[in-house]
Amino acid sequence: MESLTGWGRTAPTLARVERPTTVEEATLAVLAAGPRGAVARGLARSYGDAAQNAGGRVLDMTGLSRILDIDLPAGTVTAEAGVSLHQLMKVLLPLGWFVPVTPGTRYVTLGGAIGSDIHGKNHHVSGSFSRHVSSFDLLTADGSVRTVTRESDSDLFHATVGGMGLTGVVTTATVRLLPVRTSLMSVDTERAADLDELLARLTTTDHRYRYSVAWIDLLAKGGSMGRAVLTRGDHAEPGQLSPAQRRDPLAFRPATLPAAPRLLPGGLLRPVTVGLFNELWYRRAPRERRGEIQKISTFFHPLDGVPEWNRVYGRNGFLQYQFVIGLDQERTLRRIVERISRSQCPSFLAVLKRFGQGDPGWLSFPAEGWTLALDIPTGMPGLGGLLNELDDEVAGAGGRVYLAKDSRLRPESLAGMYPRLDDFRRLRAELDPAGLFTSDLARRLRL
Amino acid sequence: MKNALGDHQSLLVLGGSSEIARSTARLMVGRRTRTVHLAGRPSPELDASAAELRALGAEVTVLDFDAADVDSHAAVLGKAFTEGDIDVVLLAFGVLGDQAEDERDPVAAARVAQVNYVGAVSASLVCTQQLRGQGHGALVVLSSVAGERARRSNYIYGSSKAGLDVFAQGLGDSLRGSGVQVLVVRPGFVHTRMTAGLKPAPLATTPDAVAAAVLDGLGRNAHTVWAPGALRFVMSGLRHLPRPVFRRLPI
Repeated sequence: MESLTGWGRTAPTLARVERPTTVEEATLAVLAAGPRGAVARGLARSYGDAAQNAGGRVLDMTGLSRILDIDLPAGTVTAEAGVSLHQLMKVLLPLGWFVPVTPGTRYVTLGGAIGSDIHGKNHHVSGSFSRHVSSFDLLTADGSVRTVTRESDSDLFHATVGGMGLTGVVTTATVRLLPVRTSLMSVDTERAADLDELLARLTTTDHRYRYSVAWIDLLAKGGSMGRAVLTRGDHAEPGQLSPAQRRDPLAFRPATLPAAPRLLPGGLLRPVTVGLFNELWYRRAPRERRGEIQKISTFFHPLDGVPEWNRVYGRNGFLQYQFVIGLDQERTLRRIVERISRSQCPSFLAVLKRFGQGDPGWLSFPAEGWTLALDIPTGMPGLGGLLNELDDEVAGAGGRVYLAKDSRLRPESLAGMYPRLDDFRRLRAELDPAGLFTSDLARRLRL
Repeated sequence: MKNALGDHQSLLVLGGSSEIARSTARLMVGRRTRTVHLAGRPSPELDASAAELRALGAEVTVLDFDAADVDSHAAVLGKAFTEGDIDVVLLAFGVLGDQAEDERDPVAAARVAQVNYVGAVSASLVCTQQLRGQGHGALVVLSSVAGERARRSNYIYGSSKAGLDVFAQGLGDSLRGSGVQVLVVRPGFVHTRMTAGLKPAPLATTPDAVAAAVLDGLGRNAHTVWAPGALRFVMSGLRHLPRPVFRRLPI
């Protein structure tokens, strides 16, 4: 038995971890799971308890990490579920292809990307990950493996993408890739002095960029409430590179710093220290800078450069709160930002983005609208009450919170946020009547 | 399941009419707990406790549980675990007895030991086996400062709590690494029905204060809490007093 937590390092539980290296081994592990069931786990970057299964089995899928086929002319890759986006980038970038969607870390697996239906800075252009998945193989509760496409098995496809691993174990998948001519990014940076300016800029100019995101200072109050740094960009064209960069335009060399120390005291992140950090971060950003050439790792995955950065939050760990509400709900968004700013919530990682059209996954998170994500140390006083209030605001505005990051939502809030929850439950009951696939998240939220 | 903020969703109370248990359950339902199983002998107090928690929004089931009937424990308590995981088990039953009376009536004295120690050993083991299978959860055992040192005025009750306390410490150590926490709670004099009419000892406390200490201990993943906390130091002093001196203290 091993003690497992998510990336936020909260609420550990014990499970027997199996490390299959073949689909056959995975099948045997699933069939032998017993009454506490099983769930797949990738690189454990979900913040909460999605890849934990107290008292049961957890299938560590990282041993199933072979790239099976790259169809260069068509621009698709078929790989086992445990392959990470990092591995894919390493192999695909020199060939002129990029993953269609990447979150803020490369260390997520293909299976996890499907189970969480992840999104990235290009959601307004490219939608979520599932939009680019043409098929996947799913190991189901009866031990059979089915090939699922949205055409052949629409319900199962849409229950599995974003389904948090509860319909079965994805074993392999085929994904359509994005062609790129360089491995560098051309980035525009600008500051917005307050929330109004931020929303206006994102609304009027986001469509010019493939990638767009805003870091927002949630500790700023009064006239500068909601001040932000916008970072937007595109894959650079060879003509934009310096002669040195042009020599190897598709190189992929992410830099890595030493890991965060194992024992950091809790309470480093207080409103005062985070306030100072935010002030510096905002001031250090240029008022406006165009066409800066950055590495892919710098633009998309700055935190991946510091392994185990989650230790910074100390023993008590942290959580991430991410929600989305419709574009017409700007007033609610403003109220929420005010509420967070008033509570002096010590969040230095707060990100606002404008989502494009959502995809039809039943529990898929992204929907057209505004999404805000913030990291918060769990030791913050009054945090439970604050987040419950925010949940109510979000649900009242027809929005939802992201299950891949959740670690504290009340089960009664769920149905209002995910209107297809009943379909999801019905399909699971049919496909897996004994409830073999389960997780701490599923138990906590009664999924 | 426990969430990231340490809030619990489900609670099983053994001794559901105990006032400390009622306070703890009330506090937990006020936070996050939605499912409560109240185990105890059928009584108006048990029903009132269930009604009160329902009014606060919890789903409450009542289990007919007799601490002294150890043969029934596996079946009765096992039932609570069939409906879903239990995050916290609160072992709160116990009888105070009547020291003077019990000294004259060995059967009555044995009954105190039977409920407080024998019943608790059986019920704790039944529950921790289930918790271990779940891979998570906590058992909270209500011990007492009376178990720290035998006192002339209540050594029958005290010895039963002493046995329980030592048992629970060992149980907690045996469960290290299993994902299951055992929290031993040592309240001092608590103003309850059980102590009504008795002269309060110094540092007397209330059920609500004990409940708060329980939740604090759970949150800190502690193995022992004293209620109030100052008793830790008082008892540490008393424990080391020589017998001839201790015997003469007016306690």
